[in-house]
Amino acid sequence: MIEISIKETTRLLPIPEEATLTKSFSNIKPALSAGEAMIEASRCLFCHDAPCTQACPSSIDIPMFIRQIMSQNPKGAAKTIFTQNILGKSCASVCPTQVLCEGACVYNDMNEKPIDIGRLQGFATDYAIENNIRFFQKGQPTRKKVAVIGGGPAGLACAHELTVLGYEVVVYEAHEKAGGLNAYGVAPYKFTNADAAEEVDYVSQIGFTIKTKTRVVAQTEETTSSSDYHTVLLNDLEKDYDAIFLGMGLGESKKLGIPGENLPEVQGAAEFIYQLRKEEQKISVGRRVVVIGAGNTAIDAAVESAKLGADVQVLYHRTAQDQSAYDFEVAHAKAANVKFCYLVTPSEIIGSQHVEGVRCLQNEVTGVDDRGKSKINPILGSEFVLPCDMVIYATGQEKQVRFYHSISGLTLEHGKILVNPNYQTTHPKYFAGGDCVNGGKEVVNAVAHGRDAARGIHRYLLGEKN
Amino acid sequence: MADLKINFAGIIAPNPFWLASAPPTNTGYQVMRAFEAGWGGAVWKTLGQPIVNVSSRYGALNYKNDRMMGLNNIELITDRPLEVNIREMKEVKERFPNHALIASMMFETKEEWHDCIKRCEDVGVDGFELNFGCPHGMCERGMGSAVGQNPDVCEKITSWVMEAATKPVIVKLTPNITDITKAGLAAQRGGANAVSLINTINSVTRVDLETFEPMPSVNGYSTHGGYCGPAVKPIALNMVSALAAHPDFHLPISGIGGIETWRDSAEFILMGASSVQVCTAVMHYGFRIVTDMITGMSDYLDSKNMKAIEDLVGHTAHRVKRWEELDLNYKVVAHIDPGTCIGCQLCYIACEDGAHQSIALQEGTRVPAIKEESCVGCNLCSLVCPVDDCISMVKVNTGKEKLVWAEHPANPHQIAAIH
Repeated sequence: MIEISIKETTRLLPIPEEATLTKSFSNIKPALSAGEAMIEASRCLFCHDAPCTQACPSSIDIPMFIRQIMSQNPKGAAKTIFTQNILGKSCASVCPTQVLCEGACVYNDMNEKPIDIGRLQGFATDYAIENNIRFFQKGQPTRKKVAVIGGGPAGLACAHELTVLGYEVVVYEAHEKAGGLNAYGVAPYKFTNADAAEEVDYVSQIGFTIKTKTRVVAQTEETTSSSDYHTVLLNDLEKDYDAIFLGMGLGESKKLGIPGENLPEVQGAAEFIYQLRKEEQKISVGRRVVVIGAGNTAIDAAVESAKLGADVQVLYHRTAQDQSAYDFEVAHAKAANVKFCYLVTPSEIIGSQHVEGVRCLQNEVTGVDDRGKSKINPILGSEFVLPCDMVIYATGQEKQVRFYHSISGLTLEHGKILVNPNYQTTHPKYFAGGDCVNGGKEVVNAVAHGRDAARGIHRYLLGEKN
Repeated sequence: MADLKINFAGIIAPNPFWLASAPPTNTGYQVMRAFEAGWGGAVWKTLGQPIVNVSSRYGALNYKNDRMMGLNNIELITDRPLEVNIREMKEVKERFPNHALIASMMFETKEEWHDCIKRCEDVGVDGFELNFGCPHGMCERGMGSAVGQNPDVCEKITSWVMEAATKPVIVKLTPNITDITKAGLAAQRGGANAVSLINTINSVTRVDLETFEPMPSVNGYSTHGGYCGPAVKPIALNMVSALAAHPDFHLPISGIGGIETWRDSAEFILMGASSVQVCTAVMHYGFRIVTDMITGMSDYLDSKNMKAIEDLVGHTAHRVKRWEELDLNYKVVAHIDPGTCIGCQLCYIACEDGAHQSIALQEGTRVPAIKEESCVGCNLCSLVCPVDDCISMVKVNTGKEKLVWAEHPANPHQIAAIH
């Protein structure tokens, strides 16, 4: 991710007061009290072969941990969670539970409110973390070393599991802090910087090393000049470690490829959110913000801009039915006063020195494509200009293809690293997981990949055939 | 609209809903509030020789989110002077002449019993209830359940009371006994006009896992207390049925034990009670619950085309049989409605681990399938199912005549007869 600073202009809003920020960015899933947790846990039916567990990418035994909360055994509940998912704290807050565990809860079929699984999970994991109760320790030393590239959810989960299995693990994190999306990507009203730091500390306490501000590069010329940041050569890692896990996520936001994109108030959503998280929301946005794209990242950027005081308009070239953002995220955005404008394609960002507006074309639906999405066609003469002061583009993120190409023998598929069921790449020493393998999914998917990749690495280093 | 007025062993009351002798009937203030709320009668907190109470006094059994599924108390009889109670009873009777006011009593000597009966009758009480059931504190002094557990003593003391009483006498029975009918028949022999049951059940509510104290705790110690509340209802229903169906027992029964709604009341009445008494539900929610009991019971009687409470009494009593009288050729099997099944599979695991392995999981759906050939019709799946009416127990026509154990070929006595 790269950082772009927005120049102060009159078109930008002042940074809101601390108290205003605290209020507008307060957690949308506040912690449950012990009493609330008991009441909610008591509602759980304790399904056999539970649909919630089946829907969890990390396969947490959800009815069991809820029963443990119900029997006033939060320590046992936390162990049940962390055994499957060491990042259970962040997953409790950032998982789209409405489409995963809670979406699968059988209560939905009774037209009853599903169990508040995310918040119950948060209750148990917070209990363990706040009381510093740890369930895992370094395994018997194998005298083998593994390098993990990327200190995000996949990398942390992988490093933790490898440490349990007895490996010396070093995590290389390019940014100031480990945590990946939890530190720099998810919305702060779901997971704060303090939450992210607390979780990284809890997970890494087991005894693996995290080298922050350390970018792994393919060639020496990429080394930075900053004395604060370091670079490490991939070749050196290959020599020093028995296996390498690639968990570096995705790259920069994809450019739109339209004129005006280089104006100062045009920003990628990933970069915008990175800045927001880095500055603890103390950033300024345009009075009128246009967000291009209608995925979940677009919605996050739109809601965050709105919470910073902007009038926000989301533009999407297809229809509401086609947008990839979850319905509950869209509803959340609408509640934050974000406006949606469908069947609109931006053709140019207007402005001489600063963003003044977005030139758009109206589309019409001409049919349905083979993926079930609307086929669209621009309507001749429908051009219009939407005035605004800032544009955030959120039409996906680049894959770090250039870096991957520097690893000989790595096979890519649509820019994603190809792995076998043990998360081993086509270069036997390299394993991979998370967004760089699945193209960008949830934190919980990355955790499951990292955990399972660690087990794959273990089998590989034990000499078992993967 | 049905008339809820009752004549219980000669005690007239506007409805069958009475307050049991307990903390809610401790004072005239409370009883008058209860009558204003609509209760048909009240059994005054037991009168007797002076006692002293402990602090704390109650303990509760909670189940998940439900508070006070069961309530235990180690409180004794009234701790207020007799003359105060008598004065307040007089005031209640003057202000509510048409409501049933019953004096509960517990004494040691015949003279004490006679003296109190006279004083109560002088202020116009409608009847008496003899507390032969209190399981703690008083029995150690030879009263309460110490009387109820010994049929001869029960009969004798009842007969003492009958010598003096001109108003109807109800004997309150303890459930802390192997066969409730023995105590009931003793009361009948002693001349009682009615019985009421059940009194509370011996219990210790729970143990505090931090302090290891039994609860309720009196400075770290507890004692066996009397258990009541919704959890005891099945025990009470069984005991009511045992007396109601006993061929030699003919007295009216006032049903007590976990009654909270008109539905609970109707069940006791169907089982043979002709009035009901409530305590725990009032201690939990207050007197106003009676509003729903009155309207609910009235509507229920109307829906059954019944004109009065007495029309409902006892329809179920004779349906509680000895096991060997049940038809062994009657068969039901479970049926799952796939339309309302939510796929929790609790029925599957309950049957697999806790019953008869007669439910199978199916490929491609979360709706389990009943193995009808091995289903014994135990009901368990329908009991654990969280969806109303999703699992029903369907009668299977076996084409066989009724067969009871006495005539069953597997009965050893039958086998012996054949050989």
